[in-house]
Amino acid sequence: MIDLKNLTIEKAHAALEKGEYTCRELTEAYLEVIKEKNKELNAYLEVFDDALAEADKAQKKFENGTATLLTGIPFAIKDNILFEGHIASAGSKILENYTATYDAFVIKKLKEEGAVILGRTNMDEFAMGSSTQTSAYGVTRNPIDTSLVPGGSSGGSAAAVAADMALVALGTETCGSVREPSAFCGLVGLKPTYGALSRNGIIAMGNSLDQVSPFGKTVRDTEIIFNTLSKYDKEDSTSAVEALRSKENKSMGKKIGIPWHLFEEGVDPVIMANFKESMEKLENAGYEIVDIKLPHSKYSLAVYYIIMPAEVSTNLSRFDGIRYGLSEPGANLMEVYKKSRGKGFGAEARRRILLGTYVLSHGYYDAYYNKAVKVREKIKQEVLQAFEDVDLIATPTVPILPFKLGEKLNDPVAMYLCDIFSAPANLAGVPSIALPSGKTDKNLPLSIQFMATHWDEDALFDVGKKFETLK
Amino acid sequence: MNIKDVENLAELARLELSEEEKAQLLKDMGGILDYVKQVESVEVEDSDSHFDAFNVWREDKTEDRDFSKDSIIKQFPDSQDNFLKVKKIL
Repeated sequence: MIDLKNLTIEKAHAALEKGEYTCRELTEAYLEVIKEKNKELNAYLEVFDDALAEADKAQKKFENGTATLLTGIPFAIKDNILFEGHIASAGSKILENYTATYDAFVIKKLKEEGAVILGRTNMDEFAMGSSTQTSAYGVTRNPIDTSLVPGGSSGGSAAAVAADMALVALGTETCGSVREPSAFCGLVGLKPTYGALSRNGIIAMGNSLDQVSPFGKTVRDTEIIFNTLSKYDKEDSTSAVEALRSKENKSMGKKIGIPWHLFEEGVDPVIMANFKESMEKLENAGYEIVDIKLPHSKYSLAVYYIIMPAEVSTNLSRFDGIRYGLSEPGANLMEVYKKSRGKGFGAEARRRILLGTYVLSHGYYDAYYNKAVKVREKIKQEVLQAFEDVDLIATPTVPILPFKLGEKLNDPVAMYLCDIFSAPANLAGVPSIALPSGKTDKNLPLSIQFMATHWDEDALFDVGKKFETLK
Repeated sequence: MNIKDVENLAELARLELSEEEKAQLLKDMGGILDYVKQVESVEVEDSDSHFDAFNVWREDKTEDRDFSKDSIIKQFPDSQDNFLKVKKIL
């Protein structure tokens, strides 16, 4: 039996190299767990039938000496990442029958490395949600306690890794969609610098915010995935060219800024106590902790809920029942549009489409969208300015503990507030990592997050690895 | 915002909605707009940000793409002789 619970990419790689087990045996071990647990958890929407064939191909790489760290490593991918010849539905009815016609850039990279893609995982519809309850294909349950949500929108990927149904996984973030489920499932989640990982082949939600983001059980696993996938892609006009991936400002410094004023209230006392305790641990380990002020960052979530729906309403206009996806018959073209979209989109997607249409409409554009863009710029400036003095910014990852299935569904704003600490990093485009920071007395996972300046993922990996040893 | 506004937005967004859905959306929009309205009170000067422009356009030359016409045509809800078929427009 392979010890999946404690398996990491490097351990698996060493074992595959030594021939302790084969790529096929490793993949089979995960498929076995999926078979046993997926019915209850609903982490995967589909397990791909070519996974074992991929594993055999990976094995050849070990035999001919071309294996890399990711060769033979079983991945789960979120249902909004295109994998040629496989369905990608973005958790929506409107794409139920959509088969990807090309590979996303990140999938191309994984294929080159010989990684094994086990299947596609459940998500909030079009990545809109913080609990994986808005999926058209049912909720995903949290493997730690199946009465709880796994977080979202990448909840299926998080549940898959937490339940040993995949060694690692890819999710996507627009605002916390990897860090929040990482917090709820006890994992490490990395949101890279905007422009680091190509968005080519990712079903878009908010173009100026979206980033492919890895999940792992350890910091090192997310680092390996990041290093492999963070490459310039000429097919994505927002992918940063190598020259812009500045290494100059990289700091390995030990000065942590905490914007205490942002979470004086609204944070669960258990989370607050754990956050303070975590910071003390780092202080004792030689980090310097200072209080910082980010006066405009308190508006982050409000700004996000203007900019994101505006981008959503534009992006989702392409789903019209004409070229692919769900198409409902109608008497004329307009009816085909309206019926296909009315039936294909779930409640949350409709809500955000309307909201976006509203904030972009004549008469409201200046008050909402234009204003939000300006405040976003201000937030970005103040975050970057903070990094002139400190190397890292720390906050709790999420203000609340994982909640019960069914909760918050009828209160959109309460759901949105789950991502209040996520928003500044997405709006400013800076990288951020969520790290497990212990458990409550009821065995629920706790999490802290760090932000670093643009292209300084290494500072996040550095503090993350240090923090792992302090437990 | 009233139910007429919701209907107008749904029309612009090409969404068919039932009466209950319209009522629910009106309620939801109210709550969300109340929350996001806080940006109105923020005082910001016109953005003085400066962006490092970087040319990402490629030369206008045809390049081979690695997806097949067949796999795209297969996705068409309705087709005839390899053409996408839509409702009469004129």
